[in-house]
Amino acid sequence: MNTVTPPEYLPESSSDTTRFTRHFRAEKFDFWSFFFSGLTGLATLFILGILATILLNIIVNGWSAISWHFVSTIPKKDFFDASTTGVLPMIVGTAFRVIVMTIFVIPVGVITAIYLTEYAANTSLITRIIRAAVNNLAGVPSIVFGLFGLGFFINFVGKNLDKLLHNANAVWGQPALLWASLTLAVMTLPVVIVATEESLKAIPPGLREASLALGATKLETILKIVLPQALPGIMTGGILAVSRAAGEVAPILFTGVAYYMASLPGHLSDQFMDLGYHVFVLATQSPNIEQTRPILYATVLVLLLLTFALNIVAILIRARVRKKLRALG
Amino acid sequence: MVETLIPKPAPPAAFAAATPAGAPFIEIEDVSLFYGASQALKNISLKLQEKVVTAFIGPSGCGKSTLLRCLNRMNDLIDNVRIDGAIKIGGHNIYAPDVDVIELRKRVGMVFQKSNPFPKSIYENVAYGLRLHGVKAKSDLDSRIEECLRASALWDEVRDRLHSSALGLSGGQQQRLCIARAIAIKPEVILMDEPASALDPIATARIEDLILDLKKEFTIVIVTHNMQQAARISDQTAFFYIGELVEFGPTTKIFTNPAQKRTEDYVSGRFG
Amino acid sequence: MENHFETGIENLRQKLLVMASHTEKSVNDAIQALAQRDHDLALRVKADDDMIDQCEVEIDDLAIQLLTKAPLATNLRLVTVAMKISQDLERIGDEASKIAKRARDLAQEPPVKLNLDLPRMARLALEMLKTALDAFVNRDPAAARTIIPRDKEVDAMNKAIHTALVQHMVDNPDTISRCLHWMVAAKSLERIADHATNIAEDVVYLCEAQDIRHTGIKNPPAGSS
Repeated sequence: MNTVTPPEYLPESSSDTTRFTRHFRAEKFDFWSFFFSGLTGLATLFILGILATILLNIIVNGWSAISWHFVSTIPKKDFFDASTTGVLPMIVGTAFRVIVMTIFVIPVGVITAIYLTEYAANTSLITRIIRAAVNNLAGVPSIVFGLFGLGFFINFVGKNLDKLLHNANAVWGQPALLWASLTLAVMTLPVVIVATEESLKAIPPGLREASLALGATKLETILKIVLPQALPGIMTGGILAVSRAAGEVAPILFTGVAYYMASLPGHLSDQFMDLGYHVFVLATQSPNIEQTRPILYATVLVLLLLTFALNIVAILIRARVRKKLRALG
Repeated sequence: MVETLIPKPAPPAAFAAATPAGAPFIEIEDVSLFYGASQALKNISLKLQEKVVTAFIGPSGCGKSTLLRCLNRMNDLIDNVRIDGAIKIGGHNIYAPDVDVIELRKRVGMVFQKSNPFPKSIYENVAYGLRLHGVKAKSDLDSRIEECLRASALWDEVRDRLHSSALGLSGGQQQRLCIARAIAIKPEVILMDEPASALDPIATARIEDLILDLKKEFTIVIVTHNMQQAARISDQTAFFYIGELVEFGPTTKIFTNPAQKRTEDYVSGRFG
Repeated sequence: MENHFETGIENLRQKLLVMASHTEKSVNDAIQALAQRDHDLALRVKADDDMIDQCEVEIDDLAIQLLTKAPLATNLRLVTVAMKISQDLERIGDEASKIAKRARDLAQEPPVKLNLDLPRMARLALEMLKTALDAFVNRDPAAARTIIPRDKEVDAMNKAIHTALVQHMVDNPDTISRCLHWMVAAKSLERIADHATNIAEDVVYLCEAQDIRHTGIKNPPAGSS
């Protein structure tokens, strides 16, 4: 039987049922609901508007200077000639320092988060000290990180390394890609720790119990069950760290960035050029601001695109990891 | 096939061999458990036979799950827990200082109230325990996994999708998968903490039939708040009340003619 | 808050008590009708039997309902015992009807000149029934146990009456039909005693969870309540 006849007490004609729907439609216009939903809508539009304005401003002003030549040339010392200038070393410098930072910050951050979530007792003094330290670290101004990098990494670690390895020749005891990356790693550590902790906490304790009940050690449980599940969250932390670090200039000011390098950075002890710092340079050192403006905006645009590209790659990888986790083990 | 619990240095004989026929297999001797200052278990003494289903019943908070988790030392994972007394399985005190907890948990498996399959494939779920304990060859894994899934009455339903996610199974199937996973490493005891409480009646009935099959090979201890379930599947029943063991005996006796008034009241539904 | 299940159990117990009292009255009336040659009383017994039969149906119905709620321990024993006692009581009611019928028939004919031990047997049977039912009401298994050996007495009396009647029939063939009525009445009394014994055994099971049927064990084991 394909048709179902309704029981007899249901009204047969549609006109009878409208007496129900009439009651469900609002009988009077609710001003306050409308007002608040309108308000939230306006707020969203406002934010989008600001973002759009910024992006449009950058694109409109910088589009004229963007070219393949621009992004692939190592410039001469004169940055302000639009026909000869290029940003290739800055792109490479920014990219390298972000990558080296990631190599350091992810393992340290993840291990710290694992310790805090899986091993440490929540109420012990050490745990509270570590958490307080992580929280405070997140609030330190970036310039202070730069000074820290100078004082600790360069003047202490670098100089002592030089004494040990290079007979006090200045190799490590001066600004370098490595120290800038490490400084950035210290700065973005809280982000990675918090993101990792959140993703670890989101894993139901039942999974850990099941693994332990089968005779796994705590370490085996973490490596085989917990970490794989937490991977998307860890990658989120990485993405956030990359986004933050790509645009930061203050931490690298004293620790590794250079006004001008004739060649691309090839070694961890080399100095490097940077897109964000280059914007600063162009804005403050330019003899002719009208002429320089397009170059400036183009550099900003390249920085945005680079950050965007790094993020996209990371997000794609994370999406694949998520898909794999959902489908099977 | 039967390996040993290893208190270092001298590994003793296997559980079963050490237990003469008829002697109790699990002996709980004067066990008390404290969470900080509050006492959750009060001087529990109990002897459980081998290859028999024992049910722990009692109102919420009476300590039955706590005692169950003592049998495979899962309570070790909780901070601030102190356990007095001894628990002997196959004659060896599992709380002796030289006992390897990992080995213990290989001998004493556990199935939880809320089924907790790993977010991996069905195959990998059952293989997890096997790989942990050294089984690597694919042919060994394949045959053992099939054996376990058959024993859990799951094989026919999943044989065509062994490598699909375990999370795609229904609740009852997931719980049977957890049982298969637990028996894969050939434990001698299986502990079950309200295994069917989250399942519908039909899935529950299948789990109960499964338990009745499994008891031919394994010693089973099951915590349940469902007295009908305890009456249906257990051979012996222990009734707990506020941390104490009130009565322990053959299931039929507990449910038709209990000796203690507290048991009679609980079983007749007058409280709890 | 009411415990509905306990109310159901109590309801069952009450119904049994009502049925028991009707049955006891029927047996009492039937024996009296037999002794007093009271025709009207005999008719009333027949009518009361319908009420007893109705009670059995209601009790069985209620018991099945309670079983679906899965009673345990004492409640379980009560429900199963209730079904058995109601059946025994119903049969006792039937036997009482049979006695009443024979009483009616005997009342319409001149009495037989024979000294039978029937009154004593009737008294014993009635006493056994009363004691069994009191044991149920008072939850007294010791009292129930006292009845069980007395069944042999009743059996012996029935045998003696049977023999006496047979002899009388041989000697006085004109009394045959009246003697046969007496035989049947005696047999019914013996059956009433058997059923009372069953009830007593059921009461012991209910109170002590001991099944003493067919085993020859009539005393509680050492140390039980």
